[in-house]
Amino acid sequence: MFLWFHKLGSPPHFYRIAGKWIPWLSWIFLMLLLAGLYGGLIEAPPDYQQGESYRIIFVHVPAAWMSLFIYVVMAFCGAVIIVWRMKLAEVVLISSAPIGASFTFLALVTGSLWGKPMWGTYWVWDARLTSELILLFLYLGIIGLHNAIEDKRVASRAVAILALVGVVNIPIIHYSVEWWHSLHQGATVTKFDKPSIHWSMLIPLLLMALAFQVYYVLALFQKCRVELLQRERNSKWVEEL
Amino acid sequence: MSRRLSLTQAFVFLLRRDLLLALRNRAEYAMPLLFFVLVITLFPLALGALPELLARIAPGIIWVAALLAAMLSLDSIFRSDFDDGSLEQILLSAHPVAVLVLAKVSAHWLVTGLPLLLVAPLLAEMLGMPAAAQPTLLLTILIGTPILSLIGAIGVALTVGLRKGGIILSLLVLPLYVPVLIFAASATENAAMGFEVSAQIYMLLAFLFLSISLSPWATAAALRMSVS
Repeated sequence: MFLWFHKLGSPPHFYRIAGKWIPWLSWIFLMLLLAGLYGGLIEAPPDYQQGESYRIIFVHVPAAWMSLFIYVVMAFCGAVIIVWRMKLAEVVLISSAPIGASFTFLALVTGSLWGKPMWGTYWVWDARLTSELILLFLYLGIIGLHNAIEDKRVASRAVAILALVGVVNIPIIHYSVEWWHSLHQGATVTKFDKPSIHWSMLIPLLLMALAFQVYYVLALFQKCRVELLQRERNSKWVEEL
Repeated sequence: MSRRLSLTQAFVFLLRRDLLLALRNRAEYAMPLLFFVLVITLFPLALGALPELLARIAPGIIWVAALLAAMLSLDSIFRSDFDDGSLEQILLSAHPVAVLVLAKVSAHWLVTGLPLLLVAPLLAEMLGMPAAAQPTLLLTILIGTPILSLIGAIGVALTVGLRKGGIILSLLVLPLYVPVLIFAASATENAAMGFEVSAQIYMLLAFLFLSISLSPWATAAALRMSVS
């Protein structure tokens, strides 16, 4: 098991394994997505308060979960880079950043589309919206820093430090924004957290969350393969391909 | 040189060196202060000089301007040392780099953060902030600006090797400044309305100690990356 994991860390090996997994992952993703969408858009009953428009949560909530999850993955890679200087972790970190940024953007867009019929406006300075927006800036900062540094190995270390600094700050930012929100305006917005969610809505939601996870791994593998080829273009195993 | 400096001596030496450099180069360090005053002058011009409006938004304006002024001055923490090679000497020294970084950041705060404390009462008065809120404003500036310097140092250390680091720096650093802005501005605002502010002050103090203890390590790691 450990040996397998160790071998996965070597670029040529990872390149081959990831290539083999991609078709499988694509099928799994497609099936989960279809099942989730069917359950969410057709099977699940309309909400008694929000009617049909609540259905956007089947995209919105998994996207928001992914936006946080991917940042944690990146911070973990950052720690691995600083301690072990593992090349694969560098590739995973930087390939995750655009995917995470897209999920964050998706969560923001779907959130504001949901907000228009529900709250009557596309944007409110709600605590969650604001901290999600700041998370998007953190992602863009990581991408920007990586692009600005020419030497990609140096860039990876810079980005690793930044990801770690960011992950310490995310809870602080999140709670200060929440606190700021409760201070500045009362709960004018209907509370979204219900004590329980009916299983007919929960199951499609979880299916969609799983589909998004698989999609992340799928997109990550593809981006990693490209990034590996670019970085290792002068090495022997790339020439042999 | 055979004489070895103790850690405290090295810290004081570096602090004095940076302060001396700032003293010889006064014009450059006056710029952020001028910028601070200038930005605040723009707000009444843009929003109209209604006294109630200005008094209402004064804490926010002053803090946003302080944030921007701190941003503008950040580059000077490591830039000149990076250009003339003394940064490499600092990294090669026998002392822990994090402590030396703390000395440089302290010097930076003394020449850029502390002067804000001197002009802030004047600006608060010009914007018509209630007198009761002014001690709180000064207190938040006293606690908040070192946090800005400490967090900013990480950003500068990451970008000092880049030719066009400026715009990236603001993207890296401003999101991390959000908590300071929230608590400092809300403390001042609460004080203006006559409410209790100790909760916000304690939060700011907590941020200060957290950043004093963590940020020098991150800065040191980033400097090693930039110089290598």
